[in-house]
Amino acid sequence: MKLKSSLTILAGVAMLVASPSVFAAGNEKTIFIPSFAYRTGPYAPSGIPIANGLVDYFNLVNERDGGINGVKIVYEECETQYKTDLGVECYEKLKMKGRTIVNPYSTGITYQLIPKASVDKVVIHSMGYGMTAAADGRWFPWVFNFPMTYWSQASGVVKFIGQQEGGLDKLKGKKIAHVFHNSPYGKEANPTLETLAKQYGFELILLAVDNPGQEQKATWLQIRRANPAWVYVSGWGVMNQVAIKEAAAVGYPMNHLIGNWWTGSEADVLPAGEAAKGYRSTTFTMPGADFPVHKDIIKYVYAKGKGAGERERIGEVLYNRGMVNAMFNVEAIRTAMAKFGNRPLTGDEIRWGFEHFNLTEKRLEELGMKKFTRPIAVSCENHEGNGQLLIQEWDGKRWKVASDWIEPMREVVRPNLEKAAEEEGKKLGYTRSACDKSA
Amino acid sequence: MLYRVAGQFKTTYASDQAIFPIAQDRWFALLGLVAAFVGVPLVANEYWLQAILIPFLIYSLAAIGLNILTGYAGQLSLGTGAFMAVGAYSAFKMTTAAPQLNIIIVFMLSGLVAAGVGLLFGLPSLRIKGFYLAVATLAAQFFLTWLFNKVPWFVNYASSGTITAPPRTFFGAMVTGPGATAQARYLVALALVVAFALAAKNLVRGHVGRSWMAIRDRDIAAEIIGIRPLKTKLLAFGISSFYCGVAGAELVFLYLGSAETLAFDISLSFLVLFMVIIGGLGSILGSFLGAAFIVITPILLTNVPQFIGLQLRVDLQKHIELMVFGGLIILFLIVEPHGLARLWQITKQKLRLWPFPY
Repeated sequence: MKLKSSLTILAGVAMLVASPSVFAAGNEKTIFIPSFAYRTGPYAPSGIPIANGLVDYFNLVNERDGGINGVKIVYEECETQYKTDLGVECYEKLKMKGRTIVNPYSTGITYQLIPKASVDKVVIHSMGYGMTAAADGRWFPWVFNFPMTYWSQASGVVKFIGQQEGGLDKLKGKKIAHVFHNSPYGKEANPTLETLAKQYGFELILLAVDNPGQEQKATWLQIRRANPAWVYVSGWGVMNQVAIKEAAAVGYPMNHLIGNWWTGSEADVLPAGEAAKGYRSTTFTMPGADFPVHKDIIKYVYAKGKGAGERERIGEVLYNRGMVNAMFNVEAIRTAMAKFGNRPLTGDEIRWGFEHFNLTEKRLEELGMKKFTRPIAVSCENHEGNGQLLIQEWDGKRWKVASDWIEPMREVVRPNLEKAAEEEGKKLGYTRSACDKSA
Repeated sequence: MLYRVAGQFKTTYASDQAIFPIAQDRWFALLGLVAAFVGVPLVANEYWLQAILIPFLIYSLAAIGLNILTGYAGQLSLGTGAFMAVGAYSAFKMTTAAPQLNIIIVFMLSGLVAAGVGLLFGLPSLRIKGFYLAVATLAAQFFLTWLFNKVPWFVNYASSGTITAPPRTFFGAMVTGPGATAQARYLVALALVVAFALAAKNLVRGHVGRSWMAIRDRDIAAEIIGIRPLKTKLLAFGISSFYCGVAGAELVFLYLGSAETLAFDISLSFLVLFMVIIGGLGSILGSFLGAAFIVITPILLTNVPQFIGLQLRVDLQKHIELMVFGGLIILFLIVEPHGLARLWQITKQKLRLWPFPY
């Protein structure tokens, strides 16, 4: 029992010590954005480039433009190791420093934070991951998952496979396998794949890989036996490279293997060497470091010694992903500032910015990101926006774009999504909001 | 001087057998309870309650559970995570099937379900001992988490495979779900852990606890003096799993809010086992000390560089934390192999003589 009293004292002391650092920022106008990073553990190969891209872009905005319309970005990283309990701890800690946006970078953590965020008035931007159902903004006003959800992505991949086979009707009787990380993240695409399997008459084989995914021998032997025409992989961290290596080991044709956008970075294909040539994955950002924004990052951030990572790794797939995430955050805040003024904003005001997010071709060009990603618009009802996806291919040295922008099958995804949103929303005791146009 | 026991005469059996036979201890315990129930909710901010104290209380309960089995009855178990998962998933199933059922009753019932499963997986303990038993409980760990992952009925057919704590009230106050305040959750966790710790303390001091310890120390001798191994071992498994089950339900409902089987994987079993070993095998206080050490030390270590104004990269910070934490575990085990509880006992002995040691 003594422990409890000493804990109280400890808590008091800790708060005394902690308080000065919270207010140390001074009079300068700042906006706080936390970064949930994982630079250690089995998911570090995926986590490091994302965290670097995110932070580098924030630094770029601070160094080049003096912040967002003069309001400097203050960020703090918190290590989650992709673990949900550490993610919750990070959220609680960083919440005290500012309630604005969180980018959880884990579907598991996103699921944990969705109920909390609406109470704390924090915007969750799970960019291309997280709970698909949250794309219905009438049930989940605080959660945004543009440019696209896992369901839309899966439908886009099936469409692409259809193109390769010479038409969606050719899928009838074919086998398509989904190799997924056995977690909320990996399972997310399954309902849509099941719907499409019924619709187009292909046989869906679902193969789960347990966390962290280093052991996949059995999975790929099953694939060799079933011999599906196409394999779609939803992996993350160390699972990705193992999947590609195992696919090569059982002699599965690499050009019939498609990863989702978290299963297609340099770290995933390099360990497999030559064998990974021809491997494809989806993406919504261009690969490479040839865009003006990259030059700006080198000029304003790396030249000043403020870079988060190594200069050579700028332009890696996941680096670009982190960068575009930061850009979405910044532009959403800028949208909100146009209405509420150039000052530090509350979570509620930033949410307005997300709901009225409209990234135009012209704005992308101003940002030095012309053709880097697609223009996108978000609305109150539709939090996944009108994103489209690309297919990129690994040529043994670098990623190259291997398709045009593919429009997902919205007519299939949206009705199911609205049904799921109602289900998930009711579980949390939410009610549907009207999305009033005048607001 | 402060801790003088001279002059405290025990005139009845009851006073001699009290949990805290020394007056100072009683006062400490009382003060600690008052501080925990009244002081902490007033003083601590949300971060401390939500990220540190609530998990500490929940892990303490799980550690008490494992301590009953491993520390008192001597049955090594690596299935703690699975038994916690049983508690969590059955609490979820029950409260979604019968929303009007009081959440505390749901916790108790899910503890009972976990106890049943614990009994089942405790059966091999009659034949196998030590490391072999550990392997059998390991099977429970893998089988149960696989089961919850595989059968969608357990998650009410949610496509993500996660269970989410729905909002539930207790005497009008919201205690689970996103709307519940950290204070309310903390108080529920605290009340439960205090009640269960008291129950466990009394259990291990009595007839049942003594038979557990007899089995632990020499099972053949225990059998000869008339202790039935079947009943005793299974009782230990049942009660231990009950505690773990309640802790598992609390973990999802009061702390995480939603969870998947990954939250209950083998590393959780090891974590609770480490708490018990570091805190002290066969000690209720040790369960608290162990949980505090394992839960709080990493968080303190992560925050220390910032408190002293040092800006380190998060990965470096994490690596330092792991190294220091590992070092501390080794240090404590070298200094006192019997755990933190024994260290506390030694301190008490020294305090009695202070300032005139001999």
